[in-house]
Amino acid sequence: MPVLEPLVGLAKGLWTTLASMFEKPVTIQYPEQKRPLRPRFRGRHILKRYDNGLEKCIGCALCAAACPADAIFVEASENTDEKRYSPGDRYASTYEINLLRCIYCGFCEDACPTEAIVLGSEYELSFTERKQAIYTKEMFIEPVSTHGKPTPQQTEPGLFTRSVPRMKDPSD
Amino acid sequence: MDFALVIEWLVKGFVWVLVLLGGFAYLTLYERRALARIQVRIGPNRAGWQGILQPIADAIKLIFKEELMPAQADKLIFFLAPVVTLVPALVITAVLPWGPKPIHLFGREITWYIADINVGVLYIMSVTSIAVYGIVLAGWSSNNKYAMMGGLRSSAQMVSYEIALGLSFVSAILLAGSMRMINIVEAQKTLWFVLLQPVGTAIFLIATLAEVNRAPFDMPEAEQELTAGYHVEYSGMKFALIFMAEYDKMIAISAIGATLFFGGYQGPDLSGIPLIGGIMSYVQGPMYMFLKIVILLFGMIWVRATFPRIRYDRLMAFGWKVLLPLSLAVVFITATGIILAQQFGAWLIWLIPLFSLLAGIVAIAGMYRTLRRKEYARA
Repeated sequence: MPVLEPLVGLAKGLWTTLASMFEKPVTIQYPEQKRPLRPRFRGRHILKRYDNGLEKCIGCALCAAACPADAIFVEASENTDEKRYSPGDRYASTYEINLLRCIYCGFCEDACPTEAIVLGSEYELSFTERKQAIYTKEMFIEPVSTHGKPTPQQTEPGLFTRSVPRMKDPSD
Repeated sequence: MDFALVIEWLVKGFVWVLVLLGGFAYLTLYERRALARIQVRIGPNRAGWQGILQPIADAIKLIFKEELMPAQADKLIFFLAPVVTLVPALVITAVLPWGPKPIHLFGREITWYIADINVGVLYIMSVTSIAVYGIVLAGWSSNNKYAMMGGLRSSAQMVSYEIALGLSFVSAILLAGSMRMINIVEAQKTLWFVLLQPVGTAIFLIATLAEVNRAPFDMPEAEQELTAGYHVEYSGMKFALIFMAEYDKMIAISAIGATLFFGGYQGPDLSGIPLIGGIMSYVQGPMYMFLKIVILLFGMIWVRATFPRIRYDRLMAFGWKVLLPLSLAVVFITATGIILAQQFGAWLIWLIPLFSLLAGIVAIAGMYRTLRRKEYARA
């Protein structure tokens, strides 16, 4: 009977919602269960080191220039062979990112000539004060690898003159 | 007057208010969990085992929230409106019987109802009508245009649907031949009125949704249109009172529905079971009543999860042009059927559901034609 069409429509709707009650919930119980991250997820930054322990960051502040949110502050100082932090002339003596301003766009990663800054996978960032959101170099820098030495290192003169490493494959 | 009787009333009333307040708290949890399951979520399950302490957490939050009073509000009415909304919702259920067998305690017969009025249905009708004042006054005293519109909408809606609601009560009264709630329940001993008067029950269920401002008739608190309707300006405990009134009304109206159409405290007799049979003969009444209330409440939640809010003009048109004539027809059919059954044999009582369903189909057909008309199709 076509006149009963409205009733059939209502009943269909009710049936749909009732049936969905018996589906498995899609909820993920967050702190106990975590979703696997996507391979290209952009989380908190990490400052990388070379295998020998020297920092990749040379304090050029190109990341700060590229940052659309103006979240990065870099201050560079001179390297010497007695106290060497990174290859080349200069290193970042101060490296701060305000994580409340950061939009995790990854432009800093693209701008970096030495691939020193990368966006990592940590996303559980919470602060109780604004000041806590400003992360310093010590918090970003990754630990020294097993066959490297901590910075500052004492190095032979004339060995680390290039601040940007040679490209392995220029056609890349 | 017997002094012990006053004490008994006081204790019973106090216990009943506590039951309703606890019921409100757990109804919110019940609704959130049920809605969540319908939406393929889990719902609140953090506070305590399976979220059992969530209502307490909500209550603490609401108590410690800041109370705001709009600068231009009518202070006294703004303060009183939540109370005026809540009290009818609490006292409405005083006449509902919860069980047949009185308990003997301290040498007294304690009955399963607070008041046994011989015009119980009239009492319910009159008390439900008072509830609208609280909402209108809350909307008006807030001095906020959205609150005002919410209050006005709710008054228009509740006044319109009250007629259909009252007329659906009438069919139950006619079938029972009494306005006393206990007589109505006892009259359903063999046959629940939902079977004799399915259309009347349907009208009751639809009209109550409008009466307690539930989806899909939640015009007064349409979030998208009126931000939150009549309680926009309320916060903290005052908001909690309005919220409580709304959910207690849901409980009350489900209890009334269970009493009038679904056999009240009646159900399969469990007193024959060994060991627990003795206790069961006392407890089964309230147990069946509780079960029926929970099922009817689930119906309300289910409908809320399914249907979108209907447009305001259609809501009014549905109330006045469909529900009112239909409920009048249902009353007429019920009365005629009862007289025929009395005069020409009891089997004629089955003419009531038959003709009611026919009337229901005619009403639906009318709606179908209206909705199919060109002026609607053009839009």
